[in-house]
Amino acid sequence: DASLAEANSFSPSMPTSPSSMINQYKFEDEPDLRDLFITVDDPESHITAIETFITYRVVTKTSRSEFDSSEYEVRRRYQDFLWLKSKLEEAHPTLIIPPLPEKFIMKGMVERFSDEFIETRRKALHKFLNRIADHPTLTFNEDFKIFLTAQAWELSSHKKQGPGLLSRMGQTVRAVASSVRGGVKNRPEMFTEMNDYMETFSQKINVLDKIAHRIYKEEREYFNEMKEYGPIHTLWSASEEDVADSLKGVASCIDKCCKATEKRMAGLSENLLPIIHEYVLYSEILMGVLKRRDQIQGELDSKVDALASKKAEKDLITEEIGKLEDKVECANNALKADWDRWKQNMQYDMRSAFTNVAENNLRYYEEVKHTY
Amino acid sequence: MDDCLSKKIEITVSEAEKRTGRNAMNMQETYTAYLIETRAVESQNEGQCSPVDSLWRRYSEFELLRNYLLVTYPHIVVPPLPEKRADFVWHKLSADNMDPDFVERRRIGLENFLLRVASHPFLCRDNIFYSFLTQEGGWKEMVNETGFQLKADSRLKALNATFRVKNPDKRFTELKHYSDELQSVISHLLRVRARVADRLYGVYKVHGNYGRVFSEWSAIEKEMGDGLQSAGHHMDVYAASIDDILEEEEHYADQLKEYLFYAEALRAVCRKHELMQYDLEMAAQDLTSKKQQCEELATGTVRTFSLKGMTSKLFGQETPEQREAKIKVLEEQIQEGEEQLKSKNLEGRDFVKSAWADIERFKEQKNHDLKEALISYAVMQISMCKKGIQVWTNAKECFSKM
Repeated sequence: DASLAEANSFSPSMPTSPSSMINQYKFEDEPDLRDLFITVDDPESHITAIETFITYRVVTKTSRSEFDSSEYEVRRRYQDFLWLKSKLEEAHPTLIIPPLPEKFIMKGMVERFSDEFIETRRKALHKFLNRIADHPTLTFNEDFKIFLTAQAWELSSHKKQGPGLLSRMGQTVRAVASSVRGGVKNRPEMFTEMNDYMETFSQKINVLDKIAHRIYKEEREYFNEMKEYGPIHTLWSASEEDVADSLKGVASCIDKCCKATEKRMAGLSENLLPIIHEYVLYSEILMGVLKRRDQIQGELDSKVDALASKKAEKDLITEEIGKLEDKVECANNALKADWDRWKQNMQYDMRSAFTNVAENNLRYYEEVKHTY
Repeated sequence: MDDCLSKKIEITVSEAEKRTGRNAMNMQETYTAYLIETRAVESQNEGQCSPVDSLWRRYSEFELLRNYLLVTYPHIVVPPLPEKRADFVWHKLSADNMDPDFVERRRIGLENFLLRVASHPFLCRDNIFYSFLTQEGGWKEMVNETGFQLKADSRLKALNATFRVKNPDKRFTELKHYSDELQSVISHLLRVRARVADRLYGVYKVHGNYGRVFSEWSAIEKEMGDGLQSAGHHMDVYAASIDDILEEEEHYADQLKEYLFYAEALRAVCRKHELMQYDLEMAAQDLTSKKQQCEELATGTVRTFSLKGMTSKLFGQETPEQREAKIKVLEEQIQEGEEQLKSKNLEGRDFVKSAWADIERFKEQKNHDLKEALISYAVMQISMCKKGIQVWTNAKECFSKM
């Protein structure tokens, strides 16, 4: 229900100018604007009779008055993050909720609980919570607060509250029904543009994801061969006298080059790869958000159509239409503002990610050149 | 070295041309012919343009020349030819003998071979070599007339000698060991280098994919568009740059390959020494046994077991006249044998002396060449880094404008 959903989050006058949003997104640049600091670390394995799972430590430091304490430490598992995400989507259907790392990784033989997998997931979960913390609306969401502060049993009992299964199913049915009519025919041009943009963006970011992974793979293969290359020169120097020093020199240069290659690879996997992957997930999320907006619009449109045919319940329907019109306007504004914010973020992230790649490569070549 | 041929004439292998002809079995074949140009050096110094003599030769003729030199100068480390077939290739390089890049590198290798022979103090004086450079027709016949093929030692004989020689010169044994090590380590190095080149190629080329994606992506972006587009262009430049880099490295690989093949030439000299030493040992052994036989016949004592001795015991003694005749024959043979042994010894000593002189010359050349090759490798790496720095500096600027 729209009115209830909006009451859950603290929404002051909806800022409509994108510029006021910009000041609030660069969390890395201006730490003094933040009053909520979250870290995700210390993965721990838990083995029960039924299952094995990992929990992560979530530490929150805050100066906000609505928090009872200034520091919290809780343990959360992946399921809990999933719950939080679905609650946020429920409360804010047309806001762009940050992506969670995937449940499993299908491609690549990464074992479910390998160190690499856990570390990648931990970093992504850390990013997820921080992106929420930096979102002007989501940061004040009640479920978010509970997620950060509640002890394990408190969280379990809180999870059991809220709209029951039946009412959630009802919501889904309504959504499906209105999606049949689509809400596309009355869609404002701006959102059609967004849709077109997202279709292309989604394509391109997926290709970029493949390219970035391919580059990483090629660099790793290169590194593997180079590891064998240097020692041959050292071996050769053993049977030479005059040339031995030159050979040993080349051997040590090649070995240093190897180390530099390792650093370059690490730079890719720590920076570019996760960011591109995040935006691959974002592109799916955005398509979903646009659909949900269309659904909300669809609800309004079907009521308007009903008004035209059912003259008897005119007053009732008109009242409903009024509410729905508000709902649509809120949804549209929320999305528009969040979209601008997202685009700014994306631009910043891409710029810094690729600049970082360039810097990594420069560092690599400078190092190798210096060695020789 | 002042009277070396290389100081008197300028030699170049300037062109390569595809030809078709009929081979020995009258079948059509395609081969490459190389143009050898020679020009006297002196008149150049006087500012005159001296006439260029030229003739065409194919690879098999180079092989014939080298085989002739190997047999005629067994104490010399004869410079090797560039490889017959492309070996140690990484995947983008063609293994096809007709590939223009391979032909070009072979042309350079053949020129290098001729220059090496021309600057060798002894080889440069050889008539056959000179005719190879200057006489187009009838050269093959001339070579065959020298009858060098008959002087060639059989492989089997050489192998036999290797296993049975008792006292080879220690230095040659060490040298053989060294040449084995050199061959093994350079082969390994070349193989890994080819794999590294392959991987490096992959890294660079994949970056080329950025170009197209950035371009398509830039179409939907307003503020990021320009930065993306121009960055994509730099990624294309980066991807393309690897071709030249690896081509240069191929020349470095060729320099190493030359010494890989030189190892074989070193072994050939060692084998010749083993053969001569074995021959000497056999001759000495033969002489000793003949002397003993003579002694036995003369004194009537049998000190060593011999079939002849046994048969004479079984079938009765010989007459004194028969014995005298035998002793005379043996004494003649012993005389011959001693002379032969003397000359073989002399030959052997001369061989060791002149071979070792050439080996010292070779060692100096090798040390110099290898050091230069390694330096050129380092220079190539630095140049590759400089190119990389330039491209990524440009790319970084574009990214920062996104």
